[in-house]
Amino acid sequence: MSEKVYINGIGALSSQGQWHHDLFREAKELSRAVTPVNAPSYKGLIAPGMLRRMSSGVKMGIYASQQALDEASISIPEAIITGTGLGCLIDSEKFLHGVLDNQEEFLTPTAFIQSTHNTVAAQIALRLGCNGYNFTYVHRSVSFESALLDALMQLQDDQASTVLVGGVDEISPHTYRLLQLAGQIKQNDRNERVKNSESIGVNYAEGATFFTLSTLRTQTSYAQLVDLTLQHELNKEEVTVLVADFMARQDRDHQLIDALVVGINGDCQYDGYYDEFSRLFDNIPVLYYKHLTGQYDTASAFGLAVAARVLKEQEIPEVLYWNSDRATTGLRNILVYNQFNGKDHSLTLVRVC
Amino acid sequence: MTELKEELKGKIIEVLNLEDVASTDIQDDDALFGEGLGLDSIDALELIVLMDKDYGIKLSDPKNGKAIFESITTMASYISQNRTK
Repeated sequence: MSEKVYINGIGALSSQGQWHHDLFREAKELSRAVTPVNAPSYKGLIAPGMLRRMSSGVKMGIYASQQALDEASISIPEAIITGTGLGCLIDSEKFLHGVLDNQEEFLTPTAFIQSTHNTVAAQIALRLGCNGYNFTYVHRSVSFESALLDALMQLQDDQASTVLVGGVDEISPHTYRLLQLAGQIKQNDRNERVKNSESIGVNYAEGATFFTLSTLRTQTSYAQLVDLTLQHELNKEEVTVLVADFMARQDRDHQLIDALVVGINGDCQYDGYYDEFSRLFDNIPVLYYKHLTGQYDTASAFGLAVAARVLKEQEIPEVLYWNSDRATTGLRNILVYNQFNGKDHSLTLVRVC
Repeated sequence: MTELKEELKGKIIEVLNLEDVASTDIQDDDALFGEGLGLDSIDALELIVLMDKDYGIKLSDPKNGKAIFESITTMASYISQNRTK
């Protein structure tokens, strides 16, 4: 029998700082082309000898994962699964610059060791002493959702009872310059917000969001993770089919959606997908979050955190409303939709527990 | 030699990303590994690359490393005798 899966702990680091109770009340909307993470001090959590070798992504991942575990009162999960769109870019760039600058000689080991995509999951496991399943998905903007799907299936099929799953991406100067040249990141002088954006590209950022998932419902449970689906490529008209197919496979209790969480990021070229999606659901609140976190490949993990938090609190912070529709009844089911550049579409259904 | 020692301290701090360490915190005869500065085997590899890249010294026999990397003084002494650039 398929087990129910609950989100029992959340941890996050973003441009708004760490995941905490007043996060949305204190949040400031981003308007710069690139905003780095608002990081706390990592001293005390990570040994100094290890800290000096870690890039931003590894430190963010360790911090957010520990927060998610602490909230669920779990010391060692049975599996650690991460998603990352671009991996540990800072060390990758450092290593590759070393190759070029030194004519392929004098290659130092640290940057190479830390440059692999699974460094975050590996460092979390090393620090915790977790010898269980450890896997990293690298599928651009469905990297986190791929990790989440793996976690969901492992839990539903009773392969594990507690899984740590998360997404992390870091900014690195060279790659970010290339993305800006390619028009994927807004130009530095635009200073546009997601809602008043008139240009292509996005406000870019970095961050890490982790979840402790379990088959056991506890006092800290945020919500039930019901189902998710991924689709690599769609045209705007096919969003209807994606949603219809996904909803058709849900129980009747799950088919009544009370709110949407969308990954609108201010890219005029592709935000139309979210308009198509929202049009399928009448008179319900549409929430957005990338005006607070910025865009990066695993930013959608924060969208899931938003949905889970809203279901737990039964309250929608004003800063999250995209449209003028307000919730009139209790919030039971929330559907999360994300895509990037018209590709890597995902739907995630979460339910109150 | 004093100048070389100060140069080495700066390079070690930079290459090994010793965030909370200043040149003045490292004494010339402090142990670099173990109880002293607390460097480890990965740091040793970084130091071997540093010797090659900045001073043209190739350490072909790893057994010599222990004595060479004992302290800033031993490193500076070996570099001054063997450097090719």
